[in-house]
Amino acid sequence: MARQVTLNRRLVNTAVAWGFGLLIFFPILWTILTSFKTEAEAISLQPSLFAFDWTLENYQEVNSRSNYPRYFMNSVIIAVGSVVLGLIIAVPAAWAMAFVPSKKTRGILMWMLSTKMLPPVGVLIPIYLLFRDWGLLDSRVGLVLVLTMVNLPIIVWMLFTYFREIPGEILEAARMDGASLKSELIHVLTPMAVPGIASTMLLNVILAWNEAFWTLVLTTTNAAPLTQFIASYSSPEGLFYAKLSAASTMAIAPVLILGWFSQKQLVRGLTFGAVK
Amino acid sequence: MSTTHSRTAGKAMISPAVILLFLWMIVPLVMTLYFSFQFYNLLDPVTSFAGFANYEYFLTDPAFFEALGNTLIIVIGVLCITVIGGTLLALLLDQPMFGQGIVRLLFIAPFFVMPTVSALVWKNMFMNPTNGLFAFLSKLVGTTPIDWLGHHPLASIVMIVSWQWLPFATLILLTAMQSLDSEQIEAAEMDGASALSRFFHIIVPHLARAGTVVILIQTIFLLSIFAEILVTTAGGPGYASTNIPYLVYMQSLLQFDVGGGSAGGIVAVILANIVAIFLMRLVGKNLDL
Amino acid sequence: MQKSAIALTVAVMATGASLSASADTLTIATVNNGDMVRMQKLTDDFTSKNPGIDLEWVTLEENALRQKVTTDIATKGGQFDVMTIGTYEVPIWAERDWLVPLEGLGDDYDVDDILPAIRGGLSVDDKLYAAPFYGESSMVMYRKDLMEKAGMEMPEAPTWEFIGQAARAMTDKDNEIYGVCLRGKAGWGENMAFLTATANSFGARWFDMDWNPQFDSQEWSDTLNFYVDLMNDAGPPGSSSNGFNENLTLFQNGQCGMWIDATVAASFVTNANDSKVADQVGFALAPDNGLGKRGNWLWAWSLAIPAGTEKEESAKKFVAWATSKAYAELVASKEGWANVPPGTRTSLYENPEYQKVPFAAMTLASIQEADPTNPTVEEVPYVGVQFVAIPEFQGIATSVGQQFAAALAGQSSVEDALKNAQSLTERAMKKAGYPK
Repeated sequence: MARQVTLNRRLVNTAVAWGFGLLIFFPILWTILTSFKTEAEAISLQPSLFAFDWTLENYQEVNSRSNYPRYFMNSVIIAVGSVVLGLIIAVPAAWAMAFVPSKKTRGILMWMLSTKMLPPVGVLIPIYLLFRDWGLLDSRVGLVLVLTMVNLPIIVWMLFTYFREIPGEILEAARMDGASLKSELIHVLTPMAVPGIASTMLLNVILAWNEAFWTLVLTTTNAAPLTQFIASYSSPEGLFYAKLSAASTMAIAPVLILGWFSQKQLVRGLTFGAVK
Repeated sequence: MSTTHSRTAGKAMISPAVILLFLWMIVPLVMTLYFSFQFYNLLDPVTSFAGFANYEYFLTDPAFFEALGNTLIIVIGVLCITVIGGTLLALLLDQPMFGQGIVRLLFIAPFFVMPTVSALVWKNMFMNPTNGLFAFLSKLVGTTPIDWLGHHPLASIVMIVSWQWLPFATLILLTAMQSLDSEQIEAAEMDGASALSRFFHIIVPHLARAGTVVILIQTIFLLSIFAEILVTTAGGPGYASTNIPYLVYMQSLLQFDVGGGSAGGIVAVILANIVAIFLMRLVGKNLDL
Repeated sequence: MQKSAIALTVAVMATGASLSASADTLTIATVNNGDMVRMQKLTDDFTSKNPGIDLEWVTLEENALRQKVTTDIATKGGQFDVMTIGTYEVPIWAERDWLVPLEGLGDDYDVDDILPAIRGGLSVDDKLYAAPFYGESSMVMYRKDLMEKAGMEMPEAPTWEFIGQAARAMTDKDNEIYGVCLRGKAGWGENMAFLTATANSFGARWFDMDWNPQFDSQEWSDTLNFYVDLMNDAGPPGSSSNGFNENLTLFQNGQCGMWIDATVAASFVTNANDSKVADQVGFALAPDNGLGKRGNWLWAWSLAIPAGTEKEESAKKFVAWATSKAYAELVASKEGWANVPPGTRTSLYENPEYQKVPFAAMTLASIQEADPTNPTVEEVPYVGVQFVAIPEFQGIATSVGQQFAAALAGQSSVEDALKNAQSLTERAMKKAGYPK
């Protein structure tokens, strides 16, 4: 039973919502626009929204100075690698929590989340020393391991909230048919859980892509992702707004596009079981 | 339905995650604890036993209480803005309109931006009191540009962080709102309930669960806000925008005082656990896990 | 568990992990300053002369770089083969045997050509531990047109009093012209570099001969009051977040009457591509107060090789290349003499081509004016003009810098800032066990 809404009301809604939407989006739009300005125009005291001499020189400059494809590949490998590894560890855990809950389940889940509250800088030196001894400094393997651990609590929780929505009767039925635990997992649950796993994966790829503490501290060149790429454009000598904007656009565009294309799944993923 | 067999299997399935996380937590923590009792400066290879001296120095540092307050202000400030703003925006987005899909894309975008990038962009291109866009706008209306980072450092950081997290809150609350039974609202409308009372008596209770999730997840991230401070104000002026993680960072990486930084790290862990306990109480009530 | 996880990840990533370094890839950590970025662009010259050596660059903002290389060298992480460090780090690190002494840089390297003031700052026991890439002091850069408009004339060696008058006379806030732009952003290499050097010319010092902090002295109070008053009257808004780079932007954009900062800035502000005021810039020595010391500092960004690198020979080749006379000629041939890294070699200043560069003479005079072993009016137990060469200094000075930035922003009074600076320095020095 849809409620009746007058055209006027609808138009007002549209205008207000678009207004707020553009306001919130504006910093990103401004960054993208600035990346096409010359440095002098970028700091002009009379800034202009569209009426300026569009130029690609900042992108050329950034590309000639930095090996963007390598940073990009590292970001992809680290983000995807850590989430895949995280899923491998988290799917069984979340499955067990959802279908074989015990008194401790809630405590374990909360404990996992609480590990995320610890300031990483407090354990920086120990981790650095361990990584040095294991030869993991500036390696993708090392970074994948760290980011897996960083995001594991979120992954477990998201999966748990999805799995919990899968009705237990289906499991019962499968068990009646004599399905083993393994086949239960593979044939019954996984297909039902795929949308949940997909949104979990998306959100955590984004979180891993944007992680800017460990990725900056533990990498130098071989494993350096886009966060490191951006760091080399922050406050150099001379005018830099336009180059910074170009580099920023290049660093956020992949995730922005990924996020936009998959936003339906993502919004589902963002609910963390908040909506029944 | 849980048999002994499935219980054992369940344990086996949970343990890898638990063991790995435990190792990830405990190994560095034990090392940090050890360092916190040492006089250990990275630039000085000689270390010696310090007793509680590192803790004493960290806890009596005038910066400590300021940082503690700032940490709370950031968490609470951002939570208020995002939860209230998110609810209002969700209400708005829930209305029928043209191009809802695209508007949603606009709203969600800040969430995809790296914290370092957003901090750099806000600091340089918006908040800079001479070349920033805010300065331009205030000159346009004839007022003196505000020196955001110099005079309102903490408010500026709250603003930047809120911008990043507003989409998250809005979208979760929107999804919750959309799951609301419209018949319930219509029934209330029939009974002559005003829009305001409909909002407070039907919508708000319905959103409680989603709101809890927003608060929980955001608090986890907000407690360790770091990149935004490092890039914009570097904790200053004075200690005006230093929070606990940043204070620990100053000890460990600006002063290279590993002993002091470790003591600070342990204090931060204890504080985080206190917050965690409160948070878990709240969550437990609203999130029937 | 951990092992199987590692093995698993290795398997997962087998596809992407093939980029491991070849035998002689040098990883070079450097600052994202203009001269270094230029060096990075010119590396083809090096790699073509030295086949078999590849270069990997890690270019970061100054503070980020410093944290990275310090953590790495102190924990012997071994991630870098060449590090860009300054005159503050070199004596401390060399004393701990963290750096390779630079001997045998090649027959045509001509170590004796390096300016004595710079070479002294990079040597311990007469052994050179880092090769200067560029050297700098600080000086006054000013707008000739605005100075004329204000009806004043800049002497070659101004006093602080003159600077104060001129700054206030040049200020025209309605047109967004500010008489003087000075560093205000907190950091030992930012506002404290400027303020420590300025304090020297006011007769202040960091520590007395027993390592007692001196922020409760009249001289420091005079310094900070002068600075805060001047900036309130004649400085741009938001000074407390302005560092070198922010001020450079302001000056290039035509918004500063004077700017007292690093001599290297001269080539940026006179470069017509970036600077709107390129043809109107004049130079003068850093100001004094008639006490016999000027407020100018001494710094050299230098290339050093961490002890323990397996690629010492290749690294030395690179260091020699980047700091050689030939490199200066290479830059001159591509970008003109004005863009050659300044302040390291006597021969550069004897080169008639370079003498035509407008800021060459003033840069050299400023560098020669600075005396790291005798930085201020009274005697001090430390070495360093705008820093104190002890490991604790960067932490202490950054915190003190925060206090002074707060005074500048009006968040606290000058008296409170000095009181806080005094007590936090006392605490830190006590914790570090001074006097040693």
